[in-house]
Amino acid sequence: MNSQLSAQLQLLPEYLSAHIVLSLLALALGIVICVPLGAFITRLPRVQWLTLSIAGILQTVPGIALLALMVPLLGMIGFIPALLALTLYSFLPILRNSVTGITEVDDALIEAATGIGMTDWQVLTKVQLPLALPMIVAGIRTAAVWVVGTATLATPVGAVSLGNFIFAGLQTQNVTAILVGCLAAAILAIVIDMSIRAIEVALTRRRVALSISGLAGIGLLALAALWQPLTASVANSDAESDRPVVIGAKTFSEQYILAELLAQRLEAAGRSTSVRSGMGSIILFDALANSDVDCYVDYTGTIWANAMQRRGIAPRRAVYDTMVAWLDSAYGIHTLGPLGFENTYALAVRRETAEQYNLQTIEDLTAVAGELTIGSDYEFYDRPEWQRLQSTYNLEMGDRRTFDPTLMYQAVATGDVDVITAYSTDGRIIAFDLVVLEDTRQAFPPYDAVLLLSPDASADNRLIAVLKNLIDAVNATRMREANKAVDIDQIAIDSVAHVLSEQLRGKGG
Amino acid sequence: MIELSNLTKRFSAAGRPAVDSVFLKVQRGEFLVLLGASGSGKTTTLKMINRLIEPTSGEIRINGQSTSTGDPVALRRSIGYVFQEVGLFPHLSVRENAGLPLRLVGTHPPEADQRVDELLARVDLDPEEYGDRRPQELSGGQRQRVGVARALAASPSVVLMDEPFGAVDPITRAGLQTEIKTLHHDLQLTIVMVTHDLFEALLLADRIGVMTNGKLVALGTPHELLTGDLHPDARALLSAPREQIDRLSHLLTPPADSHE
Repeated sequence: MNSQLSAQLQLLPEYLSAHIVLSLLALALGIVICVPLGAFITRLPRVQWLTLSIAGILQTVPGIALLALMVPLLGMIGFIPALLALTLYSFLPILRNSVTGITEVDDALIEAATGIGMTDWQVLTKVQLPLALPMIVAGIRTAAVWVVGTATLATPVGAVSLGNFIFAGLQTQNVTAILVGCLAAAILAIVIDMSIRAIEVALTRRRVALSISGLAGIGLLALAALWQPLTASVANSDAESDRPVVIGAKTFSEQYILAELLAQRLEAAGRSTSVRSGMGSIILFDALANSDVDCYVDYTGTIWANAMQRRGIAPRRAVYDTMVAWLDSAYGIHTLGPLGFENTYALAVRRETAEQYNLQTIEDLTAVAGELTIGSDYEFYDRPEWQRLQSTYNLEMGDRRTFDPTLMYQAVATGDVDVITAYSTDGRIIAFDLVVLEDTRQAFPPYDAVLLLSPDASADNRLIAVLKNLIDAVNATRMREANKAVDIDQIAIDSVAHVLSEQLRGKGG
Repeated sequence: MIELSNLTKRFSAAGRPAVDSVFLKVQRGEFLVLLGASGSGKTTTLKMINRLIEPTSGEIRINGQSTSTGDPVALRRSIGYVFQEVGLFPHLSVRENAGLPLRLVGTHPPEADQRVDELLARVDLDPEEYGDRRPQELSGGQRQRVGVARALAASPSVVLMDEPFGAVDPITRAGLQTEIKTLHHDLQLTIVMVTHDLFEALLLADRIGVMTNGKLVALGTPHELLTGDLHPDARALLSAPREQIDRLSHLLTPPADSHE
């Protein structure tokens, strides 16, 4: 536990500083835009309603959707779309409280201000804004808490934040990582909230010491946030001026391990790297097409169904060849090659069941299917794969049951069911000592892991020279073992990737 | 000095005007009181003088200059105004509140502070004790003293007062009334004040204008109004206190007389 915690804490400076920069900048932009805008629209009652409605609608868009929406709108991933989404997210509380605070100033005071000869601008700046300050600050504090919380969702669009802990932790079932991410975000939200509160109290009561402590709080945060990039940039300028190779990863353990594997190999060859993990599948693909991400591992069946929008099934080789040609012509994406394993649906049974009925392939299952019960997740029986499986192998199972995916493996291990639909590289296949039945007639679509390079990276010969050693080097057993090490044994991803890398070298050399 | 001619204000096209064709001349150094019940149009008339309300028709001249042509902000800065609700700003100290008109015209802050302290002393507030307090920490009477100091800060020659003592208890009110009368005399101010309180009007005014339903129905010195031939509406307004005086004097006569 202790070593796990220290492993996570090593990541804290990078994630926390990125999170602070993102949140504070979004909040600052929100304030700079919305307080003047709020003041302005109090002078235009008709526009006021419209503006507040738009801000209100923005707020009803779920944070993660707003973040995801920025990617296609801006045509890029990472910091900028995350910043824009978070800025928009801060609008409503600041705007609404500014308008309310300003309009709720007593009419008698407005008349007095006008009557002693203030211009409209002076009425606003000398009377309305100071009196609305507590209300405006309350809005800013609400926005601060929202922004710090929502910034954890910036991870899937490729911006580093404390969400990296949470997304990685959720996928690798690493509670320590999740807790570190959540606690850090919560503490950050509280610190920012208290600092803003201190500044407000200081402003209204004119207490210098308090305002200094509030500003010091924000200042320390900003300094802490900038420390990391500063030191990093100093270190970088010494090494090389190259842009780091950006490696993408989707939201599950296998992807994290493979991204780390690519990173370690490139670093060993003297390249600097940056891993953007926990990214949404479609966002990651678009990022590769735009060369925002240089390389990542995808699966033929995923590209086939999602990017190419193909229905139906084709032979494994045909799918691969069609995909390679299509990626190149449509996006200039270069397929470096298959890694050597598939992550597809597979039928798995207990070892004793396999021995009892002498099962090696799904064909072997057909004869005894009537005696056996199959278990699967919520959606499998509604998928075309299930229809195709039944018709291809003339499979008639004795009974079928539905489980939560995490309970499915236990159900087969304890004998509640005899066959389950597993993922072929899932570490639990090893952990529960299951046997995977070979899909000889290709009922399941092919999901070969392939290493993809962005249009820019396709011209990077040094990069290609390093990564091509991984082509056809990782078999399903190795991948399963690596997944088990992360998911079941809770070993840190970088050490698992390191072990895998050494195994591959041993095999290669 | 202040000249209203055919001044009319309609808040809506239908219905009777809030102020209906008022003609009035206020002399330099005069203390003129507009007297009337609520809804008589007296406050609307007052607010049109510094353009807090714009007239529908008619004209106002100050020192021969029409007020409608210039900048309303400059006009308001040249006129002192005491508000019915006092209208002190809660985020500013007493000294800052009273000094605002000076700040608005760009007076150097130390000079402004000195002038404000003089004025606070004039309205019977010790600047040492009260200058740094917030308005919320003062009594109603003290607040209106600050309101008066603010109205006088920029040394205006014209001061408008809208029921300035309405929110103050009777004893404090009597004190304030006396002070206003003194200030009017000492500073040679031209004051237009609105009130519904006949005694206040009689006590302070050089001349009283009586308003009902937007019309100026009577205009004269207190003596003229109490003794002269009056418009029926004006007489009604004046008769109530007169009856009270009769009753009071009846109570004060020796009881021996009542035995007979």
